[in-house]
Amino acid sequence: MTRLRRWLAVTLLLLFPISAAAQTPVDGDFAALVGALPDASFAEVEALVGRIAATNDDRAIDVLEALAEGDLHTLDSNAAVVIVRDVGGDDHAFDALTGESYGEIPRRGSSAIRVNNSLRRAVAAAVGTLTLRHPDPARRLEAAQAAFDAPDPAQADALAAALDAEQDAAVRQALSEAVARAVLQDDAATVPDRRAAIDVIAARRDGVALGVLTPLVQSPDTEIAEAAGAAVERIERARQMWNMAQNVWFGLSLGSVLLLAAIGLAITFGVMGVINMAHGELVMLGAYTTFFVQNIIRTSFPGLFDWSLLIAAPLAFLVAGAVGVAIERGCVRFLYGRPLETLLATWGVSLILQQTVRSIFGPNNREVGNPSWMSGAFEIGQMTITYNRLWILVFALAVFAVLLIVMRRTPIGLQMRAVTQNRAMAANMGIRTGWVDAMTFGLGAGIAGLAGVALSQIDNVSPNLGQSYIVDSFMVVVFGGAGNLWGTLAGAFSIGIANKFLEPYAGAVLAKIVVLVAIILFIQKRPRGLFAVKGRAVDA
Amino acid sequence: MTALIDRRMGIFLAGLFVLTVAIPLGNLAFTDRFVPSYVVSLFGKYLCYALLAVALDLVWGYCGILSLGHGAFFALGGYAMGMHLMREIGDRGVYGNPLLPDFMVFLNYDALPWYWLGFDMFWFACIMVLLAPGALAFVFGWFAFRSRVTGVYLSIITQAMTYALMLAFFRNEMGFGGNNGLTDFKDVLGFNLQSDATRAGLFVLSAIALAAGLLIAKAITNSKLGKVLIAVRDAESRTRFIGYRVEHYKLFVFVVSAMMAGVAGALYTPQVGIINPGEFSPANSIGIVIWVALGGRGTLVGAAMGAIIVGAAQTLLTGWFPEIWIFVLGALFIFVTIFMPQGVLGVIENTLRRRPAARDLTTAREAKA
Repeated sequence: MTRLRRWLAVTLLLLFPISAAAQTPVDGDFAALVGALPDASFAEVEALVGRIAATNDDRAIDVLEALAEGDLHTLDSNAAVVIVRDVGGDDHAFDALTGESYGEIPRRGSSAIRVNNSLRRAVAAAVGTLTLRHPDPARRLEAAQAAFDAPDPAQADALAAALDAEQDAAVRQALSEAVARAVLQDDAATVPDRRAAIDVIAARRDGVALGVLTPLVQSPDTEIAEAAGAAVERIERARQMWNMAQNVWFGLSLGSVLLLAAIGLAITFGVMGVINMAHGELVMLGAYTTFFVQNIIRTSFPGLFDWSLLIAAPLAFLVAGAVGVAIERGCVRFLYGRPLETLLATWGVSLILQQTVRSIFGPNNREVGNPSWMSGAFEIGQMTITYNRLWILVFALAVFAVLLIVMRRTPIGLQMRAVTQNRAMAANMGIRTGWVDAMTFGLGAGIAGLAGVALSQIDNVSPNLGQSYIVDSFMVVVFGGAGNLWGTLAGAFSIGIANKFLEPYAGAVLAKIVVLVAIILFIQKRPRGLFAVKGRAVDA
Repeated sequence: MTALIDRRMGIFLAGLFVLTVAIPLGNLAFTDRFVPSYVVSLFGKYLCYALLAVALDLVWGYCGILSLGHGAFFALGGYAMGMHLMREIGDRGVYGNPLLPDFMVFLNYDALPWYWLGFDMFWFACIMVLLAPGALAFVFGWFAFRSRVTGVYLSIITQAMTYALMLAFFRNEMGFGGNNGLTDFKDVLGFNLQSDATRAGLFVLSAIALAAGLLIAKAITNSKLGKVLIAVRDAESRTRFIGYRVEHYKLFVFVVSAMMAGVAGALYTPQVGIINPGEFSPANSIGIVIWVALGGRGTLVGAAMGAIIVGAAQTLLTGWFPEIWIFVLGALFIFVTIFMPQGVLGVIENTLRRRPAARDLTTAREAKA
């Protein structure tokens, strides 16, 4: 029925062009333009789409999108133009002009206004231009970016007009880039215009800009090719810089993890000379404490979730510290002066701790959540920095600073250093050496627990967590020089950065192997590490 | 000869001889398999561990080098033998490629990597079993001992060495089968590895290797060189000041020990039927140390006993109470280091000596010295 009518209309239009022109709706009359859609040919609909968009009517976007989707129908009953929407599985019709609902319509009660691919493109372009004038800046930005991604020389003027009207800086930026790209696509554009466009695109300095400009280097026009070539080179250089910066950041991040894992060891191994192979397991205990705290918060106090790490940190310090004191009193103190035996005994302790945790919590990974302030990321130029990595770096440095103050400025730190340097003399001065030993070991262990809290945010919390850090953290301490906290800091960050700079060339595993071998060789050269303790203590 | 085989060595070798005769005989001579076949392989495995423990005791007990990387030498020997066994599979693999082992076909290798060349010859593999660990130990020891890396630092870098090797062997690109290692062996020198007779033969070979390893280690420690080694262990600086080139002695004993470990690995691979990068894991190497410590450091025979005791205990306990084994192992580490510094052998000999009926008091004392 409708089809017949449409054929009739087309035939009439062909036969009587003048009368058809007379019926053409006036520009700016949204209702008339929409009303003309059902009886128009594809070519006419395409023209109508542009004119509908030009009305700037608020309803235009909805209507045009419905048209492209094939959801713009005419009702057989009263020939009204409606938008058909799916409401609870049934088709409901809504008037295209008033939004008034006609309720559910029978399946064959309406016929869709037909569209073809060229029409869909026209609609997309029209909607894009319309959205460019949307009151919401976020929508405008989106539209500008969409226009950039699908450049169309025909839209250049519309984009330029939108750019002139635009107030928001971010949207202006995006729009000017979109205009530039549209100009570059336009073969008719003048050379100065295209050169200016190249400069605009080049200012992005990212991979997208590179993608746009690289093909232009082959341009037949030498001036354009030269300009594009220079721009590409500039961008490449900038990208290399950012890449380097990103690698440094990754290195710092890895370094902070290594620092956290190794810093407790720097106390037990570096200061006390005790090889604590259970160090990794103390880290693991810290991570499990975090898991435990989060579990309680999840079930009982969901509101406190963002505070979970701050609550877990002191607890982890206490738990790991208490276990550390128990290890020292129960086993290490019988073995002072026999470092190799200590190594074996603490290895035994590590096996027991691991198996205990495995028996209680099971062998699988446990989920530890990120609080909201630790999830997400932000961008500086072309590098992405995730909040959890950033906070771990801050945390590692804070722990380091506090530890330094404890060792240098507090009575207990003084006693620790006294006992390490000369046990007999310290005992004569009235220091309870046994108690100081226990406290020192407990401090190292507690810091391992703190490391566990941080590592639970970026690593799998499983009974094997500690194992994966033990070799690395020994490397850091040995590389930096036992007995020197600054050495540990330098060791952690240099190993971290070296690792990340090697990774792009060698792959993650090979980079790690290369670093390990390099450390082994380095120790040959400087058997006491980067910052060796000088003096008689060395041979003791 | 009398000095070489003292009382404890004599008893141990006699016991080993009885085992070597009894187990294969019990397996092969009776039609109803008086000794089940898996027991033969199991004991063969313990004997390989024992040889490995003797190798470690030679450097740790007599020269004070606590190597936490001896598992690497063991695994290298195992891989050298495993490569030969892979080549011997020939075209009987899953993909039926006559030249490339299955995993290489799977990983789209076009040709055999150069370091696999020659492994189709048994004698070449046997040389590599000694050469690969020996060369690694030589290079590593050359650098480490010359720059006087000692004690704990040496332990840590040996651990780093085996860790680095583990990471390397896990890589598929290395051409050693990556994660899965080398497995699916068919036969060795034409003898089917699944047959009882071959298993028994490998068992006897392991026993002979262990006895030979013990005697070689004993000969080294009994010689003048051995005395210097003990001097290095007890007072390295003093020995150096007297005029000995300490690093040469250490290097020699380290390389010998590594080769011994390599032989142990080479015998281990065909009996277990697989060699994979897990053998390089630092935890394995620390495990070896506890065998030696449990049996008695610096006694050679004790180290071998320790390996067999721990190996047997692990098999039994993981069978009975799988959860308990790790606790027992952990407790063993702590208990032995704190309460039994001389190990099981020391405890046994002390008990025997304290008994009034003990007649050969002097012999025991000599043995201790």
